[in-house]
Amino acid sequence: MEIAYSHPKSLVSVQSKYCPGCGHGVIHRLIAEVIDEMGLQTKAIITNPVGCAIWADLYFDFDSVQPAHGRTPAAATGVKRMLPDHLVICYQGDGDMAAIGTAEMIHAANRGEKFTTIFVNNAIYGMTGGQMAPTTLVGQVATTAPHGRDPIGAGMGYPIKVCELLSSLEGTKYLARGAVNNPLNVKKTKKYIRTAFEAQMRGEGFTMVEVLSQCPTNWKMTPLQSVEWVEKSMIPFYTLGEIKNTLSTAQEAAPGQKTATAAHAESK
Amino acid sequence: MSEEVRLMKGNEAIGEAAVRAGCKAYFGYPITPQNELTAFMAGRMLDAGRVFIQAESELAAINMVYGAASTGARAMTSSSSPGVSLKQEGISYLCGADLPCVIVDVARAGPGLGGISPAQGDYFQATRGGGHGDYHTIVLAPKGVQEAADLMYEAFPISERYRIPVMLLADGLIGQMMEGVVFKDEIDPASLPRKDYAVGYQYENGRPNRHVTSINLVPEELEAMIKARYERYAQVEKELTRWEEVQTEDADLILVAYGTSARVSLGALQLAREQGLKVGLLRPITLWPYPYKAIERLSGKGRRFLSVEMSMGQMVEDVRLAVNGKSPVDFFGRCGGVVPSQEEVFAEIKRILGAAK
Repeated sequence: MEIAYSHPKSLVSVQSKYCPGCGHGVIHRLIAEVIDEMGLQTKAIITNPVGCAIWADLYFDFDSVQPAHGRTPAAATGVKRMLPDHLVICYQGDGDMAAIGTAEMIHAANRGEKFTTIFVNNAIYGMTGGQMAPTTLVGQVATTAPHGRDPIGAGMGYPIKVCELLSSLEGTKYLARGAVNNPLNVKKTKKYIRTAFEAQMRGEGFTMVEVLSQCPTNWKMTPLQSVEWVEKSMIPFYTLGEIKNTLSTAQEAAPGQKTATAAHAESK
Repeated sequence: MSEEVRLMKGNEAIGEAAVRAGCKAYFGYPITPQNELTAFMAGRMLDAGRVFIQAESELAAINMVYGAASTGARAMTSSSSPGVSLKQEGISYLCGADLPCVIVDVARAGPGLGGISPAQGDYFQATRGGGHGDYHTIVLAPKGVQEAADLMYEAFPISERYRIPVMLLADGLIGQMMEGVVFKDEIDPASLPRKDYAVGYQYENGRPNRHVTSINLVPEELEAMIKARYERYAQVEKELTRWEEVQTEDADLILVAYGTSARVSLGALQLAREQGLKVGLLRPITLWPYPYKAIERLSGKGRRFLSVEMSMGQMVEDVRLAVNGKSPVDFFGRCGGVVPSQEEVFAEIKRILGAAK
């Protein structure tokens, strides 16, 4: 009998520290599955961020580099430039990427650095206990936005759409946004990761997959409520799909790919 | 060794020496008075097929060094005082992850933007760690272009031997002035051995995973890691402490100065000796580890010390620690980018020795 489903080789078989219902575990698994399928386990290096995924080095069964908060793309630049034939994965949360590390993210993308960023957007700071993130939705409650995110009145600004923000930069070749709130979205997200990793190994330029992820603990929801919240609140604002695809393989892709403008849906 | 003497600016000589030492990656952000170094590296590194990135900030540059150093490559950055302040976060992480690398500080006057003229006000920052946590970097202080090139060439192997970042602490005068310099032979980065802590090339032998990190949330484990690092620091202090002494044997007054202020002090020493005043000079070459024992050995016996600095008095604290009350210690300094003249220092020498009589 053929084994249809098993633990990925690139993922260590341990109990993770992630909370029940958290999206990180699923995202880790997708990355590991793609690496296994591409046969890249011993060529893979992850730069893991400060945030809940700081422990990613315990879970991925390959080398890792742990930089300072927000400096992940700069460190990934250093790693990838020295080891251009390796698969370098820059794993970042929303605070790491779109707050403290905004400059590093934009300039790594603009240089067309040939690593792949996996951007986990759960619209909240997880590890530090539920503070407002740059991607927190308008009206969403956080410990530092106790009455909900108020862009104008309280001067908290608006949630940042990172894929759309980066899409104008010529160095970016592939920017996709997926989610892990249901099996269909999980499957699509895996396809985006595969496309990005293949492009990286061809040396095409900056690739990123943003993944909308649940944080039931800090959203103060049950896991089931949290996957529903992704569907009802996050996805209408953070449009799913390939936001930008200018890869050499993109000609075969369906026409009418989503542009940055098309993805600018109004927030509720 | 090629014996050709070249007339070069200090900044460019540091760059040439770094390339010859097998530097595989340079990351920098423009700041005066070290811009010639970044520009030199852009041309030289790219022509040699190595990595040069003009980073978006000093923060990015030092973290690119962190990434490149994680792979075992010889990586460096350079900046000047305000930029080096920005790099301190990254330097703390590099020390916490035990990654070798080289940071060049062509120092200028502070605090804040301060000025762009040479100063030694970064002594505390360089020798006391500089960022958060318990750590040291090895600090090398050249007095001129040749020594800057020589110390830069040595900096990578020193850093790798102890797995401690090395800071080359020059100042705007050493960076900007031209002197004759002879370079050592070029090392091909590809000829350097792989490092046993570095990530990458796991496919060659299937070795266990490697994790470059500075985190450990278990207090007892983190304490053990820091203590192990301090054992290495003790070894560094034993093996690497360097200084130069000029006419200290019979001296009544010993000037203590490094870098540019040591050049000035040497001039003042000569003026003093011409007038029969017994003045010596002790010039620390390593600022960390500091030559405490050499100074201690010379203390007592009715001797006095004068710390000459381009600051409001920072190294003088180390001189006092070394002397430990056995000799009087005076301080003379100019700051804000003013380089003291040898006449000024000589006047101070006469004042101290006159008053001592």
